[in-house]
Amino acid sequence: MSDHSFLSAWREQSLGRRLFLRVSAASAASVTLVAAGCSTSTPEPTAVDPYQLTLPAGDPGLLYYAYFLALTQAALYQKVTDTPPADLTAAERVIFADLRDHEVIYRETIKYVIDPTGATVLLPTDFAINLTSFTLTTRAGVLAAAQLLEDLTAAAYPTILPLFTSANIPQRTLLLKISSVQARHAATVRDLLTPGSFASSDVVENTGALAGQLRTKTPTEVMTAFAPYFAPYVITVANLAVPV
Amino acid sequence: MDFFKLIDQLSEVDADVMGRFDSRRAVFSSLGTAAKRTALAATPLFLGAIFQKAYAGTTSTPVEVLQYALTLELFEQDFYAKVKASSQYAGASATDKAAIDQIKGHEDAHVALLRGAITGLGGTPVAAAPFKAAVFATLTTFNGPVYGTSQLGIAQLLEDTGVRAYKGRAGELLGTALLTTALQIHSVEARHASKIRQMRGQKPWVNPGDDAVLHPTYTSGVTGPTSTTTPFGYGIPAYTTASPTENNTTQSGVAITTALGATYTTADAAASFDEYLQAAEVLDASRAGGLVGA
Repeated sequence: MSDHSFLSAWREQSLGRRLFLRVSAASAASVTLVAAGCSTSTPEPTAVDPYQLTLPAGDPGLLYYAYFLALTQAALYQKVTDTPPADLTAAERVIFADLRDHEVIYRETIKYVIDPTGATVLLPTDFAINLTSFTLTTRAGVLAAAQLLEDLTAAAYPTILPLFTSANIPQRTLLLKISSVQARHAATVRDLLTPGSFASSDVVENTGALAGQLRTKTPTEVMTAFAPYFAPYVITVANLAVPV
Repeated sequence: MDFFKLIDQLSEVDADVMGRFDSRRAVFSSLGTAAKRTALAATPLFLGAIFQKAYAGTTSTPVEVLQYALTLELFEQDFYAKVKASSQYAGASATDKAAIDQIKGHEDAHVALLRGAITGLGGTPVAAAPFKAAVFATLTTFNGPVYGTSQLGIAQLLEDTGVRAYKGRAGELLGTALLTTALQIHSVEARHASKIRQMRGQKPWVNPGDDAVLHPTYTSGVTGPTSTTTPFGYGIPAYTTASPTENNTTQSGVAITTALGATYTTADAAASFDEYLQAAEVLDASRAGGLVGA
């Protein structure tokens, strides 16, 4: 129960604005009570995960999605720059400092675009990016982590930009300007880990009618891959428009 | 992909869908033509182009946007073909050659894709956009320290220009699957730019410390009169005011360096965002326009 006490406090704080992340429904305790009152002939109520965060529909959801990508990358690069592996070269540390700075700027810029007043609480107070699935004590491990996140992010942007529906051109333009820098990041860390792999066939179609095009990923595919970094929280993108 | 099923599904959510096409007859006659090009019809690019015609209300036609993209891809393709035929390339390392070969292969694919799409829409693809042989002859090194006389230095300018150029037309493709395709190519161009910059010992992102930072590729504006009917025979949007320069540190009205709760350096603020260029700026004599020709 103590797991949920801070959560409900955050929920009240955030739901007042009705704009963004909403924790879906009741605490586990109330679910249990409801379940106890049910007869066996009625369907079992679906237990709602108190750690499930549902991104809103429409353009706010797309911005939120981009925010989570930047949030995750910024956390990784902050960790790497704070405690770099011993075998990460000086030149590579300079690169990682830039990556950290760029992603922090994306995180803060997108946050500003979502709510310029800064009043909206975007995340539960105990939300933290979980990097335990990575090996961050070696150069190879750090570069592999960076490549994974950068390739996913680079693959995400071309699919979400066309989904924006509002007439707010600056928002789309902002993400468009970010998208190619993310591609530059991805090519950079790929080449550091595996020289010559900046645009290999696992990220760029090499044959057939679609040759020469980036392989893209839908929000569902990307967020499924990002799931370990949000644990114990689960981010749901079901409300986002589905790319054609 | 079942095109007819797609039309049916679209009709369910938009009862006027057939009216949005030129006419029902025109749709089905163009499908008849398309059936002869099954490979092309299977591509999202082709499908996106049809819906662009139906839904969008931009001043340029989709064919004109594609022609512009094809012009730039032909230009890059010819540049890399000249590189690969040069003695400088012959003396380069195997890994450097492999990188150029891969980039050239992507440009070839982009040319083929865009040609097919333009032809599928009834247009006649731009025939050629060669890199000036006289200028190429001044590129005396493969990867020398002076960017203006090195093949990779010019490659960096072309790739960074390509990234800016695709951005400049993206807005005209909004509301179509064609936009996704353009962004996929745009993203690959950015990977090329990143690689070329690394090969040159530059940072992979455009930043104030670049050796070529003062080149017009990274500024904006035009140096002479502009035309909406360029030498290539298709229309481009009229030039308005100068686009943002690459050292821009204000995005969506937000001063990135100071307005975000912490301060960030101008170098980081500028490097975090790639800026767009209008077609008239790209085709200006100070940029790609000055390098295209026999």
